[in-house]
Amino acid sequence: MQTFRFDLCELPEETRGLREEVRAFLAEELKTIPAVIRAQTWSGHDQAFSAKMGAKGWIGMRWPKKYGGHERSAFDRYVVLEEMLAAGAPVGAHWIGDRQSGPLLLNFGTEEQRQLILPKVAKGECFLCIGMSEPDSGSDLAATRTKAEKVDGGYKVNGTKLWTSGANRAHYMIALFRTDPEKKHDGLTQFLVDLKSPGITIRPISDLAGNSHFNEVVFQDVFVPDSMLVGSEGSGWAQVGAELAFERSGPERYLSSYLLMKELIRELSKRGGEEGAKEVGRLIAHLVTLRQMSLSVAGMLDKGENPALEASVVKDLGAVFEQDMPVKAHELIGAEPTIGGGDDFTEVLAYLTQTVPSFSLRGGTREILRGIIARGLGLR
Amino acid sequence: MNELQTILSDSVNRLLADYSTKQTIVAAEQGEWPKALWDELVANGLTRVLVPEDMGGAGATWSDAYVVLKAAGEHAAPVPLAEAIVAGWILARAGIAIPDGIVTLMEGDFLLKEGRLSGKATRVPFARHATHGVALVKSGWGVEAVLAPLDYARLDKDQNVAREARDTLYFERVVVETGWVELPEDGLRLFGALARSVQMAGALDYLTKQSVAYANERTQFGKPIGKFQAIQQQLAVLSTQSAAAGIAAAHACAAADKGEASFEIAVAKVRVDDASSIATSIAHQVHGAIGFTYEHGLHFATRRLWAWRAEFGSGAEWAEELGRAAMERGADELWPYVTGR
Repeated sequence: MQTFRFDLCELPEETRGLREEVRAFLAEELKTIPAVIRAQTWSGHDQAFSAKMGAKGWIGMRWPKKYGGHERSAFDRYVVLEEMLAAGAPVGAHWIGDRQSGPLLLNFGTEEQRQLILPKVAKGECFLCIGMSEPDSGSDLAATRTKAEKVDGGYKVNGTKLWTSGANRAHYMIALFRTDPEKKHDGLTQFLVDLKSPGITIRPISDLAGNSHFNEVVFQDVFVPDSMLVGSEGSGWAQVGAELAFERSGPERYLSSYLLMKELIRELSKRGGEEGAKEVGRLIAHLVTLRQMSLSVAGMLDKGENPALEASVVKDLGAVFEQDMPVKAHELIGAEPTIGGGDDFTEVLAYLTQTVPSFSLRGGTREILRGIIARGLGLR
Repeated sequence: MNELQTILSDSVNRLLADYSTKQTIVAAEQGEWPKALWDELVANGLTRVLVPEDMGGAGATWSDAYVVLKAAGEHAAPVPLAEAIVAGWILARAGIAIPDGIVTLMEGDFLLKEGRLSGKATRVPFARHATHGVALVKSGWGVEAVLAPLDYARLDKDQNVAREARDTLYFERVVVETGWVELPEDGLRLFGALARSVQMAGALDYLTKQSVAYANERTQFGKPIGKFQAIQQQLAVLSTQSAAAGIAAAHACAAADKGEASFEIAVAKVRVDDASSIATSIAHQVHGAIGFTYEHGLHFATRRLWAWRAEFGSGAEWAEELGRAAMERGADELWPYVTGR
């Protein structure tokens, strides 16, 4: 039996300068942003900030220059991402395009699609969302029902996508539609959909914390031209599979609660640093280990391998770690989480206490990930 | 793993599969010294992997030693291989020739005066079988490595839950060899923790493989229990814990090759300790009653994990050190520290 492969991957010495540059930029840009807003990190939407990152050349870092990219290494990109997340930069607007949809179009998109989208994404001016889940298709993605029927010059789309993060503020959606009702997995196709197309209604859904980042997107006789089909018809399932290693292993999969970890340590330090030292040490040990695992996957992605299984391991362990953070903060401090009017610690605690349940839902539920891991172990 | 490490891994695992058998481990637990296994390890130079070539060793790195120690943990080798490897590394750094025989590590309270050692060492691994012990003693100028013959030490027997000997040794003005060494005073605890972390990662890998194999064999309700989602989800957790332990230990070895590695070693011991508590529980649950019998070999790994997690500093002790240091540096310094090492 072959278990997973996590080879160590060390960041090259040359990335140090870049790290310092990013830190200096963030120290200036974030100095007036309160901790509770920074705690949103990659859920935080700030178009002006995305444009500044684009100008710095920190979006689409690995993409070819002819598509507005910067042909930097995977490690340069990793350093920029982890610095952004650790500092709590509002990177949500361009996150999906940079992480997932850009690489997808580079892999499977047409020249026209790449030219249309990638340069604008790299500038931090064009935002994407991913339309996968539906009312009757959550973890069971192959049950996708939104239908794309062949018509003259394109497809006519009818159906509903649900829980689509950022759709209310995105320009395009990478959508998974059913093009063949007779086949299951092989009847799915990806499309690049202009969200201004007639017939699309986007309704933000308030989450339990009162934030509206995910949406219901209804398609009513929406025309999508042939030129916007991504990859080949019927290959949607396989193409989505290839995206997932990008989606599931990045530093955002263990740093989403980092702002709370920092405020927790600050709070405990104020109390003399005697209390909670053991728990803080344990959190650090888990943080450092997750970072090594995530870097290991980044190294494999850089070599062109597809570490989908290892990526699932990182996401599963990372979500458990992130979700444990408000629990630890509660056990160690016991302060009341506060909305408005509290200090940094109690406000960040309030935000993350309410938000962490989504961390083992978004991007593949805990149970689905563990099912993938079990398959990797040869149990299914 | 590089090519050399892959070759090393294959040969060590083959050797241990042949010599660290269930029969050997059972005999060792009854007090017998596994001579054939030990002689084979010595003959292959595995007890001296970290000793430079000009001192009769293999001149390997900690990252190479990782492969050997992990295999030792995976096969529950009932011998002081980890102790000999760390001892050899310390002696070589102190310029002391590596003796023939069985060398172990001694933590304790010592007084070193005019080349004579006095004091007491507790829970010394395999002391009753060993010929020599290595200790680090703080002297006025720094830290001295000590190589003590055990012939003149008084010995009280004890053992850990893996039934590995953990004896107490008493020294009274025993003539020893010494050498200055550039290591912290608690270097033995530190590098002992590194070695144990790697062995534990190996034992955790064994738990994953063994539990998956068992779940595919054992049939209940008309199908292998591994076909049930409840079991699959548990085994997924077990495997992710062993994966995390493996990389934490490997990261610490790589750091030790680069220089000062106390942070990474502490991280490894804490992470591996946490993984062990989760993994041993799942492995036993999946195995059911058969895994609770002496007859079944599962416990050779789980009992070692329960013993080793408390040796050379428990996870909690190392975690407290990590936490205190982090709080002293301050909340805003954590990230720069983690990324700057």
